[in-house]
Amino acid sequence: MGRKVLVLGEVRDGSLRNVSFEAVAAAKTVAEGGEVVGVILGESVSALGAELIQSGADRVVVVESDKLAQYTTDGYSQALMAVINEEDPEGLVLGHTALGKDLAPKIASKLNSGLISDATAVEEAGGNLVFTRPIYSGKAFEKKIVTDGLVFATVRPNNIAPLEKDESRSGDVSTLSVDIKDLRTVIKEVVRKATEGVDLSEAKVVVAGGRGVKSEEGFEPLKELANVLGGAVGASRGACDAEYCDYSLQIGQTGKVVTPDLYIACGISGAIQHLAGMSNSKVIVAINKDPEANIFKVADYGIVGDLFEVVPMLTEEFKKLKVHS
Amino acid sequence: MNIYVLMKRTFDTEEKIAISGGKINEEGAEFIINPYDEYAIEEAIQVRDANGGEVTVISVGNEEAEKQLRTALAMGADKAVLINTEDDLEEGDQYTTAKIIGEYLKDKEVDLILAGNVAIDGGSGQVGPRVADALDIPYVTTITNLEINGTNVTVTRDVEGDSEVIETSLPLLVTAQQGLNEPRYPSLPGIMKAKKKPLEELELDDLDLDEDDVEAKTKTIEIYLPPQKEAGRVLEGELANQVKELVQLLHSEAKVV
Repeated sequence: MGRKVLVLGEVRDGSLRNVSFEAVAAAKTVAEGGEVVGVILGESVSALGAELIQSGADRVVVVESDKLAQYTTDGYSQALMAVINEEDPEGLVLGHTALGKDLAPKIASKLNSGLISDATAVEEAGGNLVFTRPIYSGKAFEKKIVTDGLVFATVRPNNIAPLEKDESRSGDVSTLSVDIKDLRTVIKEVVRKATEGVDLSEAKVVVAGGRGVKSEEGFEPLKELANVLGGAVGASRGACDAEYCDYSLQIGQTGKVVTPDLYIACGISGAIQHLAGMSNSKVIVAINKDPEANIFKVADYGIVGDLFEVVPMLTEEFKKLKVHS
Repeated sequence: MNIYVLMKRTFDTEEKIAISGGKINEEGAEFIINPYDEYAIEEAIQVRDANGGEVTVISVGNEEAEKQLRTALAMGADKAVLINTEDDLEEGDQYTTAKIIGEYLKDKEVDLILAGNVAIDGGSGQVGPRVADALDIPYVTTITNLEINGTNVTVTRDVEGDSEVIETSLPLLVTAQQGLNEPRYPSLPGIMKAKKKPLEELELDDLDLDEDDVEAKTKTIEIYLPPQKEAGRVLEGELANQVKELVQLLHSEAKVV
């Protein structure tokens, strides 16, 4: 009974990403009592194995190479395929991150397998492993099962609860040596421009601005609020089209889909395309001058007012709250 | 240069989604070229105009997709291919689509393939990379810039807001991210010309494939709408008090901060 499941521990800036602990929890469900084997790829990453085990993996296989210092499709697919060939798993789980989105379809192609992308939940039901995933950018959901071969899925950050860390858990961390060669893409330069530290897709709090923000400088108060809350800044398409901010911040049907605990929409009217990207957030706050704005229809709490007045006041109130708590 | 674009017909982003008989109700809905594929088509046209060659747009679907293929031709693509699976397949998944496109492209001389990084309906983003792997060519996903110099290629890739500048070479597959370009609208002369451009229609048989070769590996067992959100509370009173109340509500009632 049970199946052996591999789960990728994704490394960024020397640490495992949160989504990897969520992926381990998903892998546990997929394993149905079988072994969960963590896989960590990178240049010097074996020390991270213990944390993946504390988060629920039974053991960890590490592939280390200077060619894995940065993610490339060819490098990572060679390393992961080597582990797959060695372990012969029946399940495979990755985070639905930039890395997972790029790597998973290639692995699925190599294995001639299906792939359920961007799952927000997985459960055992009626003898099947049933995955839930958003379609039409969250305007609808589908439940999907694997009908043939490997159970392979990527999981959306922030949706599946990680298991509680158990520091007494221990397991084997082994190294697999892989000769990585013929990288057909070479990274010449990385330009960092994302919001300081907090990734939009993994953020617990998102403060987003729309056309009402009026200018690039208009995003400053939003950034301050996001900083106080440890969150990330996002934007509507309108704000991006008006060049108030970079397209990488865009949330919506074209753009990112986010599901934070708290979404604060500032000067966003709430076009259907924008709602598709954020309406599954746990709590939505709308701040808009126009009481008729569509965004109030999906908001849990609304303030009708000028964002340039309201947002700085909110920042101050949250600061007070942080001092008291 | 032989340039191919993978295109999907999708719901218009303006459309509300309704379900009838366990399926997404398509009746009366407007359909468009998947917005990310539009960037791919635009980029393909620009690459051809700069380097010469031919742009062929491929779609897997039913005959309804002819309309979107004609739009691509009106934008400036040279040829279109519809692989019509309506009579052969009830349900496919990304494995199915990639297998079909891979089979179509395997004997072609391919220099560059462009696709959207994701379709706004299914949202899997698998087909492009799967096709590249089937053809054993490299790929770069979510690109925002593409420069071609002979067979050398420099692309900028969006990685969760950061950008990577990547060097690679043809043959290559790339998937388009927003910001790559500004897709043109078809011009009236473009629309007239498109009517005479070749649109080839193929079925699985023509690719020496049968149903079993492309049978889906996954299956959708249920489609449902998320629970309707009830409109929440719009606060009232002095602005300063509203702000205080909101912070309290988020802290004590919603417990998110």
